[in-house]
Amino acid sequence: MTNSSNLLSGAKILLECLVREKVECIFGYPGGVTLPLYDALYEHSIRHVLVRHEQNAAFAAQGYARVTGRVGVCCATSGPGATNLVTGLVDAMMDSIPIVAVTGQVSTKLMGSDAFQEADTFGITRSATKHNFLVKNISELPQIVHEAFYVAGSGRPGPVLIDITKDVLQGQAQYVPVTEVHLPGYKVFSEGHAGQIRRAAQMMWEAERPFVYAGGGVIAGNAHDELRALVELLDAPAVCTLMGLGALPAEHPNFISMPGMHGSFAANMGMSHTDLMVALGVRFDDRVTGRLSAFAPHAKVIHVDIDPAEIGKNRHADLPIVGDVRRVIPKLLAEMRELAPSMQSRQSAARRAWWAQVREWKTEHPLAPETSETEIKPQHLMAEIDRLSGGRAIVASDVGQHQMWAAQLIRFNEPRLWINSGGLGSMGFGLPSAIGAQFARPDKLVFAVVGDGGFQMSIPELATIANHALPIKIVVMNNGYLGMVRQWQELFYNNRLSEVQLDSFPDAEKLAGAYGFKGRTVDSVKEMPAALEEAIGEPGPYLLNVKVSPFENVFPMVPAGGAINEMVLRPPQPVEV
Amino acid sequence: MENKPGALMRVTGLLSQRGYNIETLTVARTLDPTLSRMTITVDVEPNIRAQVIKQMNKLINVLQATDVTECAAVNRELVLVRVRTGQQTRAAVLKEAEIFQARVVDSTTEGFALEATGDPEKLDEFVGVMRSYGEIEVTRSGVVSMSLENKKLRLAPPVRFGSGVDETLELQHVD
Repeated sequence: MTNSSNLLSGAKILLECLVREKVECIFGYPGGVTLPLYDALYEHSIRHVLVRHEQNAAFAAQGYARVTGRVGVCCATSGPGATNLVTGLVDAMMDSIPIVAVTGQVSTKLMGSDAFQEADTFGITRSATKHNFLVKNISELPQIVHEAFYVAGSGRPGPVLIDITKDVLQGQAQYVPVTEVHLPGYKVFSEGHAGQIRRAAQMMWEAERPFVYAGGGVIAGNAHDELRALVELLDAPAVCTLMGLGALPAEHPNFISMPGMHGSFAANMGMSHTDLMVALGVRFDDRVTGRLSAFAPHAKVIHVDIDPAEIGKNRHADLPIVGDVRRVIPKLLAEMRELAPSMQSRQSAARRAWWAQVREWKTEHPLAPETSETEIKPQHLMAEIDRLSGGRAIVASDVGQHQMWAAQLIRFNEPRLWINSGGLGSMGFGLPSAIGAQFARPDKLVFAVVGDGGFQMSIPELATIANHALPIKIVVMNNGYLGMVRQWQELFYNNRLSEVQLDSFPDAEKLAGAYGFKGRTVDSVKEMPAALEEAIGEPGPYLLNVKVSPFENVFPMVPAGGAINEMVLRPPQPVEV
Repeated sequence: MENKPGALMRVTGLLSQRGYNIETLTVARTLDPTLSRMTITVDVEPNIRAQVIKQMNKLINVLQATDVTECAAVNRELVLVRVRTGQQTRAAVLKEAEIFQARVVDSTTEGFALEATGDPEKLDEFVGVMRSYGEIEVTRSGVVSMSLENKKLRLAPPVRFGSGVDETLELQHVD
């Protein structure tokens, strides 16, 4: 192999560093300035997956990262290649997903001269990343690569971009492996303050109506077992946000579904009436809280998060704990167990009453999927996918109504099975992230649940799927409209359906066939379950276009600016005159 | 913060992306040539201030961001004023300059150029007074601030990179 008296090219040095970071898979698209890198990648042990659009390289790297918890890697050339990554980077930033993007840049001497395929990638991606680097000197390259991976994967994870000039990739230098990463300005707070933790344990035993609000941070911290132990010890009802689904098994008796704009009735009522909200790895996002001034008016809040800037950002934390949930929760459990003999049964009567209330809310307005004899209801489709998944399949979703129904109706009994774009809501996310997920977990059944809108934004990647014969089950929930926008136009714009009708959807059988795999359209409710089973049974990829009722709306719904206990539960019924 | 390209832009970018107006900004190297100190005056509501500081501390290039609005600190600024004088007002302007301990850096038949330093409030008064004498041109440097409290700069220690890196990237901290 190599020893430190050999000269290596910048490209080879980069790959050596990636190997040390245990990178197995890169999603990318070559170009002019990355030619040296791609030459070094030729027949290299690191697997490169060629996508068909750089945006999908970033989404695929995210799918890989979301499913494994490791840092995903994507690669693009300078100029338009790099700018095509921006959506994927902002998306990773919003959802705190660890990815490292490597982009080529024009030669150092050409920078700033409007050279061919030149763009100010460093400037453009400054606010789209947790941090970014520009490498103009080959001697800095190994240090920067390891710093990038460290920043991406530690603390609150996030995207990091490394822009490398062509002359650095081509240049030669002695490779000296890095032994230490020093970022004096980057502090990671993982432990949590002991005094705060003790006080939190007391508050949890003293609460009459405790409620656990868990999110993406629990999954990022790999703290699902710890969460479960806490929920069971406290015996509190618990919700998982859109980003946190699977952190607590959906089948767990304490799980009350998802809160927020399209959350369940019981979840929102619970959040509104709790006297102690235990917030773990969440950021009090506006989709969850509704109108902040009306959010959880009776609750004291214990907020545990690794990012100190999130604490107190949207909601005052009565008991803030800055730390990694995986480190903090076991300490909370220890304190609670120590206090248990004297405190555990203090509030038994109040707790029993609280559980009775929560169960009543659950039975009053359950998230029950609607079905019909004559048409395929989208909720029914999701319930069928749920039945076939059994809480174990990976579901990569796109953005829109289908995403909300999937989140409401598909069970996830483990974390890192539900893959979706939460914070940014990028359409076109579903299909490429499913690609990343399937490469990460070749053993798993992977569904790409997409709408007809989002699907059409990612059609180029059908080639990637066909190329690698990825057995992804693409289920298009096809209502012929840009569903969520249409819903808002119906409810708030007098049903003036402006530019939401998605006509000219391609014939699925012919489209899949054009790429060499199976596809089918189903519009009969009687055939739908069997069609799904046929798709799953197919050893290779499958495109299933399911035509569903066009004018269904997602309920419950908290209108924009509304309070979460003021949900619209069902469509307005016609009144007897 | 680190004296690196792009560090300045990150800090100002953070403020501009949230729509906060930067009123003054000064930055220069410290004793340690790899580090710079930046003093920024921002127009922001008091309850948002803490959040802005936290966001700045998140930046990798920033070693420490502190809010000195309400602490014991020395704030100083420099102002250059060119003032037009007539025959009658020349002496009066010089007298005012003396009161404010301003120095004359240029003198012509049409007027003076004066240099004054002090805290921003004193300089506001000085400029106001000079204005009353005629047309003036003003260039201000922006505020530099030095806290009088004893605060040690807390930095993150180096992190060892080794073969024992597990999947959750828990690296050993070097003591």
